[in-house]
Amino acid sequence: MINLELVFPEIFLSLSIMFLLILGVFKKNSSVLIHNLSLIVLLVTAVITINETLGIEETFLFNGSIVIDYLSSFMKIMTLIAAFLVLVISSNYLKAFKIFKIEYPILILSSVLGMMVMISSNDLIVFYMGLELQSLALYVLATFNRDQLKSSEAGLKYFVLSALSSGLLLYGCSLIYGFTGATNFILIADQLGSNEYALTFGIVFILVGLAFKISAVPFHMWAPDVYEGSPTSVTLFFTMVPKIAALSVFIRFLYVPFLNLIEQWQMILVFLSIASMLFGAIAAIGQTNLKRLIAYSSISHVGYALAGLATSSNDGIQSSVIYITIYIIMNLGLFSCLLMMRRNNEYYEDINDLSGLSKNHPLLSISLLVILFSLAGIPPLAGFFAKFYIFKSVLEQSMYFLAIVGLLSTVVAAFYYLRIIKIMYFDKEKEKFDTDHSMWLKFSLTASTLLILIYFIFPSQLIEVVSRINII
Amino acid sequence: MNFPILSSLILLPSIGALFLFFSRSNKENNITVKYVALFTSLVNFFLSIYLWILFDQSTSDFQFVEDRIWIEGLINYKVGIDGISILFIILTTFITPLCIISVNNSIKNRLNEFLIAILVMESFMIGVFCSLDLVVFYLFFEAGLIPMFLIIGIWGGTRRVYSAFKFFLFTLLGSVLMLVAIISIYWISGTTDVIELYQQGIDSKYQNLLWLAFFSSFAVKTPMWPVHTWLPDAHVEAPTAGSVLLAAILLKMAGYGFIRFSLGLFPVASEIFTPLIYTLSVIAIIFTSFIALMQEDMKKLIAYSSVAHMGFVTLGIFTIQQQGLEGSILQMISHGLVAAALFLCVGVVYDRMHSRLIDTYGGIVSIIPKYSVFFMIFTLAALGLPGTSGFVGEFLILMGAFKDNFLVAVIASLGVIIGAAYMLWLYKRVVFGKLINSDLKQMVDLNRSELFILSCLAVPILLFGFYPDPLINTIEVSISDLIDTYNINTMNN
Repeated sequence: MINLELVFPEIFLSLSIMFLLILGVFKKNSSVLIHNLSLIVLLVTAVITINETLGIEETFLFNGSIVIDYLSSFMKIMTLIAAFLVLVISSNYLKAFKIFKIEYPILILSSVLGMMVMISSNDLIVFYMGLELQSLALYVLATFNRDQLKSSEAGLKYFVLSALSSGLLLYGCSLIYGFTGATNFILIADQLGSNEYALTFGIVFILVGLAFKISAVPFHMWAPDVYEGSPTSVTLFFTMVPKIAALSVFIRFLYVPFLNLIEQWQMILVFLSIASMLFGAIAAIGQTNLKRLIAYSSISHVGYALAGLATSSNDGIQSSVIYITIYIIMNLGLFSCLLMMRRNNEYYEDINDLSGLSKNHPLLSISLLVILFSLAGIPPLAGFFAKFYIFKSVLEQSMYFLAIVGLLSTVVAAFYYLRIIKIMYFDKEKEKFDTDHSMWLKFSLTASTLLILIYFIFPSQLIEVVSRINII
Repeated sequence: MNFPILSSLILLPSIGALFLFFSRSNKENNITVKYVALFTSLVNFFLSIYLWILFDQSTSDFQFVEDRIWIEGLINYKVGIDGISILFIILTTFITPLCIISVNNSIKNRLNEFLIAILVMESFMIGVFCSLDLVVFYLFFEAGLIPMFLIIGIWGGTRRVYSAFKFFLFTLLGSVLMLVAIISIYWISGTTDVIELYQQGIDSKYQNLLWLAFFSSFAVKTPMWPVHTWLPDAHVEAPTAGSVLLAAILLKMAGYGFIRFSLGLFPVASEIFTPLIYTLSVIAIIFTSFIALMQEDMKKLIAYSSVAHMGFVTLGIFTIQQQGLEGSILQMISHGLVAAALFLCVGVVYDRMHSRLIDTYGGIVSIIPKYSVFFMIFTLAALGLPGTSGFVGEFLILMGAFKDNFLVAVIASLGVIIGAAYMLWLYKRVVFGKLINSDLKQMVDLNRSELFILSCLAVPILLFGFYPDPLINTIEVSISDLIDTYNINTMNN
């Protein structure tokens, strides 16, 4: 007896994707219709997920290859909501570039489906299937503006490097299968015992693959180029949604089968984390393109999220989840600003285009100011609390080096956030940007700014929600 | 009874700022905007005076304590005051309205935003002085960077960008180590509540590192030699009101932090590191006094003199003598008033001549006599003439220092002489001498608002110079109690 209703969200999503594809083929000029229908599909899927799976105890399905628990439900809901927001705020951008096509929302939906499978996977094969589904959709999305050389280049780069990392990941999976005879996470955990060293190789390969997907240093090379080359709406998707899925896979993969090998992988994670935090902060200083800058800043934020994972405690996992949640809210606001930098239907993405923004658009610039200070982790904004929870759990394990390096790199990072603020507030003004933005864009900017600003009044709520995540 | 008076003090300016945020700013309603800000800050001032009246001077316990759950099971929002913090709160609420009155001469554009920044800043500063939880303290301490960065960066002088960045990054760099220490304290002691930490104490084997982490933050903020270099830059470039806030209150946060946290939480480590503080303080007093002597920019001169004065403060704090500590607090209050007044004085002539260079001036005593009188009072107060508040503080600090360490006290006393030298020389070059620059003849004397601000500052400076009892009575019990606990703790180890 299988409780099919627990995978009902995935089933509904895949059926909808097929239906939308057929609709798109048979109905001419249906891009607006399909765009709107995909939004509804995402919302309905989110509602189904909340209804069917949120309160459920940990349940295994299909011979234990899929797990439904609080972590997976929470991450799925977050993925769906983030994808919904990405889709809804980017429609004007797509229209301006004449890439408002039926494939765009459908590709987003399929990558979301892949992520949902990833999040729930409790088996190496299922995990790999989900990963490939989302990656294939993302390759196409990166090249979506195919008339532009940069976009094609971004897609190709992403495809080649990602395929390489998938290969490494698969190699790791086969090593693990070879030494334990199992692909199921729980069975692997039972078989650990004698093959510690051989298994370590497998773990390393898989970690490399995952670090690539989440763009942690030293596997970050693709991120700046791909983020810069892809259409902004896709970059927005890249910086937010796949990171949620990759993070939850990180959590499950490290803590379910390999918790007992913690000495082996903890050091790798600490290294990934420190390298990402520092490199992301230092490399961003020289950037002039906002999307590139955001790419580096997202690398360094991933470093903080990984620091929480390296602690091997429930507290650490929860703080990572909190971090990624707050990061997504900040990123949404940041990209809303980026999408508002439009003049005569042309989008600007150079950091100097923000010059003197505060005189022409005081509200936009004050929102951006709040978001940037929050990204820099200055209290009392939400970004500070995200970092605070991370370092609290890091210091609980007495990992002083990690904490100090992490906090010092926030100082370095503060420099380039301040530079943007300087350009906005201290420099001479340029021409005005257009102000006729879609309602959703304004909404997402206002909502994210307000959330960041008043988070300190009710910090307990988010902790309460996340505190039900118990992996160890 | 249980009216949350401290939280109201913290919140009121922010609410005022919120009002300003939603009001459209243009030329006509600049006056209205200013009155709203002024009204808010004055209400806050009277509220804090009322607080002082209610304050019970006979106990060293924390009063008006508010304790609310903030982050479930982790941090409580806890505020309260004792004799040490109340004076700083009153100083803050006293200086802010004066800053707001002073803006009509110096701030031409974006007045609305400027006043918002000042009011938000006031909220954060009051928060620093009354928070009784380390995380809450850190929150307010760091949050103050945002408005100050904007004040320097938007309304500052020609090198404002450099100064704003330097200010922000220096302070942030110092502070992140304090955050590490605060979280470590949470894991060592299980709480970040200051009162509880006072009672249970912190294991002495951790104290040294924790003390150093707090020191890194406070030393930058004080500022102590050799990390004082951000201060002259920030002061010179900041607009007058910004310099006033910076000198009068922001620097005091660190002195307050030394007393409340370094002495209170880590007595054993404080004992060990006292020679370090003595050395740095003495270097600051002598070295920066000499630098001040050579300055050609008035604001820079006052900035360096601030570093020297804060050197006296840190010296006094770590004497751990009743006189030394009382002197430090009085010196901080007095320096808050005097430095604010001096920066306003520079602001007055800068608004008229648009130059801060000492060379520009000379012989203005016959043109603007009222100004010269006020400038003289503040100059004399800065060099610690008996009868001004500057004297009381410096005298008590030196008395404490003589009890504790003769050599340090002697060297520090030399600093007083150099201090007198640069202040008097500054006064001589600006006010007396021949009138060479003929442009100066067009200068007009103080207008009504300037007269009002400077008198407001001169009155307490003279009053507390002759009669410092109200201040000393307020802090006495808290200080002696602090010293007693300190001595018990260091004896035991």
